[in-house]
Amino acid sequence: METIAFILHNLPAIGERTLEHISIVSVAVGIAIVTGVPIGIAITHSQRAADTVLYLGSIVMTIPSIALFGVLIPLLSKIHQGIGYLPAVIAAMLYAQLPIVRNTYTAIRNLDPALRSAAIGMGMSPTQRLWRVEIPIAMPVIIAGVRIAVVINIGVTAIAAYIGAGGLGTFISRGISQTDVRQLLTGALTLALLAIAADYALLWLQLRLAPKGMARA
Amino acid sequence: MIRLDALTKVFATGHGDVASVSGVTLEVPAGAMCVLLGPSGCGKTTTLRMINRLVTPTSGKVHIGGRDTDTVDPVELRRTIGYVIQQIGLFPNMTVAQNIGVVPKLLNWDAARTRKRAEELLSMLAMEPAEFMDRYPGELSGGQAQRVGVARALAADPPVLLMDEPFGAVDPVNREVIQDEFLRMQKSLRKTVLFVSHDIDEAVKMADCIAIFRAGRLEQFAPPDELLAKPANEFVASFVGRDRTLKRLRRIAVSEVVRPGGANSGPTVRASDDLRRVATLFLEHGVDTLTCVDEQGTPVGTVTRDAVAARLGER
Repeated sequence: METIAFILHNLPAIGERTLEHISIVSVAVGIAIVTGVPIGIAITHSQRAADTVLYLGSIVMTIPSIALFGVLIPLLSKIHQGIGYLPAVIAAMLYAQLPIVRNTYTAIRNLDPALRSAAIGMGMSPTQRLWRVEIPIAMPVIIAGVRIAVVINIGVTAIAAYIGAGGLGTFISRGISQTDVRQLLTGALTLALLAIAADYALLWLQLRLAPKGMARA
Repeated sequence: MIRLDALTKVFATGHGDVASVSGVTLEVPAGAMCVLLGPSGCGKTTTLRMINRLVTPTSGKVHIGGRDTDTVDPVELRRTIGYVIQQIGLFPNMTVAQNIGVVPKLLNWDAARTRKRAEELLSMLAMEPAEFMDRYPGELSGGQAQRVGVARALAADPPVLLMDEPFGAVDPVNREVIQDEFLRMQKSLRKTVLFVSHDIDEAVKMADCIAIFRAGRLEQFAPPDELLAKPANEFVASFVGRDRTLKRLRRIAVSEVVRPGGANSGPTVRASDDLRRVATLFLEHGVDTLTCVDEQGTPVGTVTRDAVAARLGER
């Protein structure tokens, strides 16, 4: 009951924190898509590059987010951005790379070789092949990677409250330090709802962008 | 016309260089259908893929219509060559109409012309355009997909068609039907066709000339009748089979052995029938002479056992 009262009292603040959260996640995932999809496509041409890139991506995933923030503080302090929005976006963007790069790579690699053969044999240039055949067919799997990245990032960004980046993690960190169950629950509930909503929205997008006539991936 | 001149492909492997195709020289006249035939791994597919530069030759030349293909950009070259593969390779993200329109679109045809061409090709292949144009490949049967594959290769009306076991994935009944349709189309289209197959019966049925390959070498290059009558060596003889005389019957028309006049009773054949029909009637009716009739059923001559034997012994 107290929690509900708290939520009703603080709706504007919750909204503001949610927007901060969404801003960090969407900027980070946006950058990760713009960089990760081309990387995923590029590494399909070289097994060695693919192994290296995917290995590096996996290493990043094993770093605890709080440790990554710790590493970023001295680095970004040099440009007076040690804490706050920028390190949060950078960390989230790094965590988003692996799922996006890996899904793009896998989707393009797993394309039926007959389709590639047909496309080349009919006189498509490499660029035409990519845009007309490979990317449309790979799209559902790429979006699935984005979904994973978004859900991971909603979690990572919650931790970013500890370096002053704002977002819904603020309720949780304050709830812990002030032993205030109301704030703690508010943060946790809103985060869970945000993650579920984002996941469903992207699932919808994934199905929308699946080429018609193809088994839904 | 397609001319292959000492065409050779050597692949570097872990155990040294392996010649997949060695010194293949042959010439296919414009409008003819040539079947490249041989056991798997004999280099026939590699030979085909060197013609549209999916495989770069190690040495040798390919001339199409008198033009050295080395001098043409491979991407441009491929747009002038129809290509059909066994796996069909229809793009699952495109409708039938869009699949057929791939090359026209690459050649910047306008949308109306492309769509009209797709309709025309589907009708030619006995598929109702209104029913199939907007379907996706996932909604087609194997035979329908194979027809669309052929339509797609013919879309921009290329003078040359390369087909790599095009009917291999279709069940035997449908294969016969598609082969017949394709032969009928080829009669009016007169494309220069190179066709890879491992099926001697298909080759005898379809080909104007057959190139038999073994281990990357061309063993014999001849019209089907000559190949069956006079295999160049043991390998060719065993590949075409001991029933090669029976196989020849399919490609010899009654018109080649009919003699004017003579008896006009008993079983009848038409001038356009092949000798399989004649042999069947000889055996079924225990006769030595058949009456050849025209489309109206009027007798025009006779077919005798001796005339057939003489024709088979000619080569």
